[in-house]
Amino acid sequence: MASTETKAQSAAGPADDAAGATTVATPDDASGDLAGLEAGLDALESTVVARQPWLRTVASKTFPPLIAIAIVLGLWQLAYHFQVKPHYLLPSPVDVARSLQEKWLEGTLLGYVWTSISRGGLGFLASVALGTVLGLIVARVKAVRSAIGPILSGLQSLPSVAWVPAAIIWFGLSDATIYAVVLLGAVPSIANGLVAGVDQISPLYLRAGRTIGATGLAGVRFVLLPAALPGYIAGLKQGWAFSWRSLMAAELIVNAPDLGTGLGQLLEQGREIGDLSWVLSAILLILIVGIGIELLIFAPIERRVLRSRGLLVKS
Amino acid sequence: MTTTTLTKQPAPAASAGTVPYAARIDHVSKSFGRPGAQQHVLDDISIDVAPGEFVCLLGASGCGKSTLLNLVAGLDAPSAGSIETPGGRPALMFQEHALFPWLTAGRNIELALRLRGVPRAERRAEAERLLELVRLGGAYGKRVHELSGGMRQRVAMARALAQDSQLLLMDEPFAALDAITRDVLHDELTRIWRETDLSVLFVTHNVREAVRLAQRVVLLSSRPGRIAREWQVDIPQPRRIEDAAVADLSVEITEQLRGEIRRHGQH
Repeated sequence: MASTETKAQSAAGPADDAAGATTVATPDDASGDLAGLEAGLDALESTVVARQPWLRTVASKTFPPLIAIAIVLGLWQLAYHFQVKPHYLLPSPVDVARSLQEKWLEGTLLGYVWTSISRGGLGFLASVALGTVLGLIVARVKAVRSAIGPILSGLQSLPSVAWVPAAIIWFGLSDATIYAVVLLGAVPSIANGLVAGVDQISPLYLRAGRTIGATGLAGVRFVLLPAALPGYIAGLKQGWAFSWRSLMAAELIVNAPDLGTGLGQLLEQGREIGDLSWVLSAILLILIVGIGIELLIFAPIERRVLRSRGLLVKS
Repeated sequence: MTTTTLTKQPAPAASAGTVPYAARIDHVSKSFGRPGAQQHVLDDISIDVAPGEFVCLLGASGCGKSTLLNLVAGLDAPSAGSIETPGGRPALMFQEHALFPWLTAGRNIELALRLRGVPRAERRAEAERLLELVRLGGAYGKRVHELSGGMRQRVAMARALAQDSQLLLMDEPFAALDAITRDVLHDELTRIWRETDLSVLFVTHNVREAVRLAQRVVLLSSRPGRIAREWQVDIPQPRRIEDAAVADLSVEITEQLRGEIRRHGQH
């Protein structure tokens, strides 16, 4: 054995000549000093970040986009006023609003919106289930990754509307066709998001996890998945955008009386009777739903996750 | 593993069990790469760390000190020789705090407790106790990014202690801190080591730090890493990094270290 000195001796033993150059405080005094010193250091190095008042945050976030929208509407109205194009090709913002109002008064508008949102939501949830499993397998199994990894990321550049003809041949004019197109559009982007999230995990976390005993399934649950969460959420966000886009492409083309009317079908009906105000109001609704879900659901979740990890830069 | 608690007062080494060492590194060699193009990183290293002992591994770049620590931690296997750690899987601290940013300081510690098998009902109290031990009593709910560098390393120390291992491995844990904070954490580590029955194997390239902390300093030569020399440090704790005795021994060790480094320039 190399050491014969024990802690008890080194702690309580008399100061020998070697330490004569300094005065040795008793352990208790030193300990009290150290606690005060440490508290001081901690206080000096901690910065208190005051959060902005809630109302001001909302105001600073909503005013600029509102002003931008007002400018666009103003320019549009001017173009209408000076008849840049004939009125049947360029209706005014008021015409579009009136068209929306008519449908609202018919009492069918919310039904159309709900049909599309429920299809999009259901398709998205199914895509999340499939994409998550697929992403985990691709990220963790080397053979699978080299086999289908490139195909999976390649699929993202394939516009999902390209699947519509194939889906119609497979499933006819049915809900199954619509969901198939949504899934084919959204699953690859969700899986890719998770793969990217796993790839970006610092190896340090995996090492630290292993030293505290997070191996195997515990490692996946307690380290891998939480560490990949920011990338995963980015993937989900993109997955929603792909779901919504694919759904609109499918609804535009898959048009049958016994299928419910969604926003895509509404848009197509407007085109059939050549009513541009109708068409523009349908486009507006599609845009509003897409942006609304992103802002109301995904943005808050993403902000919360990033802020809790200190990844959100505060201006 | 025995069920010793971490607040136990220092006991004579003999009472820590029938095994006379906390870690036995026995004729360990390690090489990387394919046969034929092998790189020998460690060559025939033998070190016993006694229960409750504080050993510093000192060496220049390329001495394989981090590799050796990984071997002792069980993250990698030696090419030859054996390593025994009778107290169970050793705890390991890195230069980076390696705390999980998705958990609060307290939850980071609780995760280690959970993986060790501590029942849910006891985890919170135990995490609070460990935070008190590193003097971060109020930090349970703090996120990692809200803590300073020194505070993060103290939480990391608490998480390492949560493993209730007999042996704490430290891989240059204070190298990235400013000098003032490092000095305070030296005091803190010494205090915690003395209050517990922990053995420490501490890797550094900082001679003064080694002499400030250790009971025994082991100097490794580089490429491949071999044990060049050992010093017993008999200066009583608490020491200060400015102590004349610490400085004197540091000068002696530095001379030897420079000699080891110079040899590499000669061929």
